[in-house]
Amino acid sequence: MMTTIEMERIATPVNREPAESGKGTSKISVQNFDFYYGPAKVLHSINLEIPDRRVTALIGPSGCGKSTFIRSINRMNDIIPNARAKGTITIDGRDIYAAGTDVVALRRRVGMVFQKSNPFPKSIYDNIAYGLRIGGMHNKRELNALVEKSLIRAALWDEVKDRLHEGAFTLSGGQQQRLCIARALAVDPEILLMDEPASALDPIATTKIEELIWDLKVNYTIVIVTHNMQQAARVSDRTAFFMLGRLVEYADTKTIFMNPKEKMTEDYVTGRFG
Amino acid sequence: MHRSADDRLFRMTTGIFAALVLLLVVGIGFELWRQSLLSIEKFGFKFWTGRVWDPVSGEFGALPFIWGTLYSSLLALLLSTPIALGIAIYISELSPRMLRQPLSYMTELLAAIPSIVYGLWGVFILTPIVRKLELLTPAALRKFPLFSGPPLGVGMGTAAIILSIMVVPFTSSVAREILKNVPIAQREAAYALGATRWEAIKVAMGYGKTGIIGAVMLGLGRALGETIAVTMVIGNNPQISLSLFAPQYTMAAVIANEFTEAADELYLHALIEIGLLLFIITIIVNALSRLFIWSTKRRLVNIISIPPVVEEEKAA
Amino acid sequence: MSYSGRRKIVSAIAEALCAVAVILALLPLAMILFYVIKQGFTSLNWAFFTHMPKPVGEPGGGMANAIVGTLILIGLAATMAVPVGCICGIHLAEYPDSRFASVVRFAADVLNGVPSIVVGIFAFGLVVLPVKRFSAIAGGVALGMLMIPVVVRTTEELLRLVPTGLREAALALGATRARAVFTVIVPAALPGILTGILVATARIAGETAPLLFTALNNSYWSTNITQPIASLTVQVYTYANSPYDDWHRQAWAGAFLLVMITLTLSIIARLAVRGLERMNRP
Repeated sequence: MMTTIEMERIATPVNREPAESGKGTSKISVQNFDFYYGPAKVLHSINLEIPDRRVTALIGPSGCGKSTFIRSINRMNDIIPNARAKGTITIDGRDIYAAGTDVVALRRRVGMVFQKSNPFPKSIYDNIAYGLRIGGMHNKRELNALVEKSLIRAALWDEVKDRLHEGAFTLSGGQQQRLCIARALAVDPEILLMDEPASALDPIATTKIEELIWDLKVNYTIVIVTHNMQQAARVSDRTAFFMLGRLVEYADTKTIFMNPKEKMTEDYVTGRFG
Repeated sequence: MHRSADDRLFRMTTGIFAALVLLLVVGIGFELWRQSLLSIEKFGFKFWTGRVWDPVSGEFGALPFIWGTLYSSLLALLLSTPIALGIAIYISELSPRMLRQPLSYMTELLAAIPSIVYGLWGVFILTPIVRKLELLTPAALRKFPLFSGPPLGVGMGTAAIILSIMVVPFTSSVAREILKNVPIAQREAAYALGATRWEAIKVAMGYGKTGIIGAVMLGLGRALGETIAVTMVIGNNPQISLSLFAPQYTMAAVIANEFTEAADELYLHALIEIGLLLFIITIIVNALSRLFIWSTKRRLVNIISIPPVVEEEKAA
Repeated sequence: MSYSGRRKIVSAIAEALCAVAVILALLPLAMILFYVIKQGFTSLNWAFFTHMPKPVGEPGGGMANAIVGTLILIGLAATMAVPVGCICGIHLAEYPDSRFASVVRFAADVLNGVPSIVVGIFAFGLVVLPVKRFSAIAGGVALGMLMIPVVVRTTEELLRLVPTGLREAALALGATRARAVFTVIVPAALPGILTGILVATARIAGETAPLLFTALNNSYWSTNITQPIASLTVQVYTYANSPYDDWHRQAWAGAFLLVMITLTLSIIARLAVRGLERMNRP
C-alpha cells in the first residue's frame, strides 16, 4: 500500500500539538438528542458516545435519520429553515447547541465531506486554500506548505502536484472527492464527518477512499455515514445502527456484524431488508 | 405519405412566418444602412470622430453623441450594478420567506413604468433636487472636472440617475435567477469550512460569475437604447464633457429630437447613420449578454443538487 | 477583536448593505408613484376623457383623441404582431431542434433588444417615406415589431410545456399536423399565450420614441389610420416639454392614466401566470 516514508508523513499532525485526550476516550457525547423539521420529529432521543480518533460508522436504511444526525454534529442543519434541535451534543465537554456557540469556529473544528463531491469552480490550489484564506492566512509560503500537506494527507499530492493551478473540474470523480477531503483537512479539524463519501464513486476510487480513512484515523475522529455495510465492516471501529430516527444498537463493529443484540440489527446486516 | 405531405406543408407555412421575423431583423439592418448611405459616403469614418454637429452648415460629427451615450450608460451601470446585485442577494438569500414575492414584484414594477413617466418625474421632480444638490456642492469639489459648470439641474448626472433606476430591475431579476440556480452544495461546502453567511454568498456569486456579468450587460443594453427619459433630463447639448453638471446629448436623444426637423436628405441620413451605430452596438451587447447568461444557465441546470438529507426526510 | 469576530461583522454589514440596496431601489418607485398619483389623479376630470386639446395657451381641454389614438395604435400593432408572433412561436415549438429554429430564436432575441427608436426609424423608412406621409399605420407597424419578440417567446415556451402525449394522441386519431396543433395544443396553451400578448401590449402601451416620427401626433380628433394620430405617450411628451402649467397638469394626468394601464395589464398578467401554475400543478 504505502511506503514507510509516506506513512510517517501522514502520522505527523498537520499543524497541531499532540492531542491531550488519549485515543479511544469519548470525543463527542450525544445526550437525549431530538431533531425536528418543522412539526415532524426525525430523530428521537439519541444517546451516543463517539470515541476520539476512531472511525464510527452510522448505518441504516434510507430515511432513518443518519444524515440528519451527522449534519447535526457540525450544525449544518442550521441553514435549513424550520429545522430545530433539542438535547445536547458536546464536543470535548462543551455543548455545541448552547446559546452563544460560535458556529463558524465549530465548523472549522468539525470538517465535512459530502456525498457528491462539491469542489469550487476554482483551481485545485485555490480550493484547498479557500478555508485557509477565509481564516486569515495570506502568506504565500504558509499557504503553499499547508496545501501540500493537505494534499499529501488526502493521498492526492502525487497526482496533482504538477497541476495545482488547473481547475478542480479537470479531476476525475474520485480525485475530486479526495480534493474535497484535502480541502476539509486543510483547516485542521479534529473531527471529520463523512456523509456517504464513496457512494458516487467506482470501486477503485472507493477503495482509495477507504484506505485513506484508515490512515486518517490516526489523527482524526471520523464519523462516516454509509449504506454499504461491507464498507462499514471494513473501515470502522464502532458502528451505530439507526432505524426510523432512533438509535437501535451501538457497539464495536465486530459485534454489530457478527453478534448483534437486537433482532432488527441482525435482520438489517444480514440483508433481510433495507 | 399523406401524413408527411401535410406535415411538410405545415412546416413550410409556419416556417414562412418564422422567416418573416428573421427577415425583419435583417431588414432593419439593411434599411438603416441604405437610408444612411448619403452620410456614409460623404463623411466616411470622420463621421465618428467629428465633434461638430451643425445641420445648418451641413457639418455632421457624431462623436458628442457617442460620448454621451457611452458615458451616461457607464455611469448608470456604476450606480445600478451594486444596487441590483444587492437586491438580488437580499431577495434570494437573506429576506424572510414572506417578503420574497412582494419584494420581487415591486422590483419588477420598476420595469413596468413607461419611460415617459420616468421622464416626467425626472423633469419636474428630480431635476430641481439635482439642481439644489449642485448648488450645495462645496467650492472645493467644484474645481474637479467631474463637478464643474453651472448648476442647471439637467445634465449628465441627472440622466445617469434616471437610467440607473430604469436598469436596476433588469440586472436584478437575471442575477436572482442565476443565484437561485447555484447548487446548494456549493454553499454547504463553504459553510462546512467555517464560512460566514456573506462568505458563502460570495462563493455562490463566484459560481454564477459569468451569468452575473451577462446580467450586467443586459442592463447596459437597456441603458444604451433608452431615449425619452434621457432626452428629457440630459439637456440636449452636443458637447463632450466629463462634468456631471454639464448638459450633453445621446445618440437616441438626438434622433428623437431632430428627426422630424431634418430638412434635407443628408441631415436625415446622418441621423439614421447614428441609428445604425446604435443598432449595431445594442445587438453586440445583447448577444454577448445572452451568451454569458445562457452558458451559465446550462452549466447550473446540469448540476442541480438538493441536500441529500432533505430528500431523505421528504421520502421518509 | 479576533479575526473571526471581524469576519462576522463584515458579514453583518454586507448583509445590511444589501437591505439598503432594496430600499434605495424602492424609494424612487415610491416617489414616482406618489407624484404620479398626487399630480395626476387630481388633474383627471371628465373633460380629460372627453375633450380635445385646446389651442396653444388656452387652458382646459383633454386628451380624448390621444386615448382613442393609443387604443387604435395598440389594435393595429396587435393585428400585426399576434398572428406573426404566434405562428412563428408555433413553428419554433413544433420544430425546436432545427438550425433554422435556432437562427430565428436568436433573431427574435435581437429584435427584443433593438432600441425602440431604431425600430421607429425602420417603420419610417418602410411606411412613411414611400407615401411621404405620417400615419397611424406606420406607428402600428413600429409598435407591432416591438411586440413580436415577446409574443414569439411566450408562445413557444408555453406550447413546449404542453405534454407531448397530447400531440401524439391527436395525431394517432388521424388529425393532420395543422389540425392537431390548432385544435388541441394551442387551446391547451391558450391562457398562457394570451398572457404573453397582454405582457407585450403592456410593453408597447408606454412607448413614445417610435411614434415620434411614424404616427407623429394630431391635435384633432382622428380615427383615420392613414393619417397621423394622437397617442397618450406623445401627447404627454409634448405637453411636458411645453412652458404651460396647464399642459403640465394634463401631462401628469396622462402619465397617471398610462401608469394605470400598464400596471393593470401587468397585474392581470401576473395573476394569470399564478393561475396557470396552479392549473398545471398535478
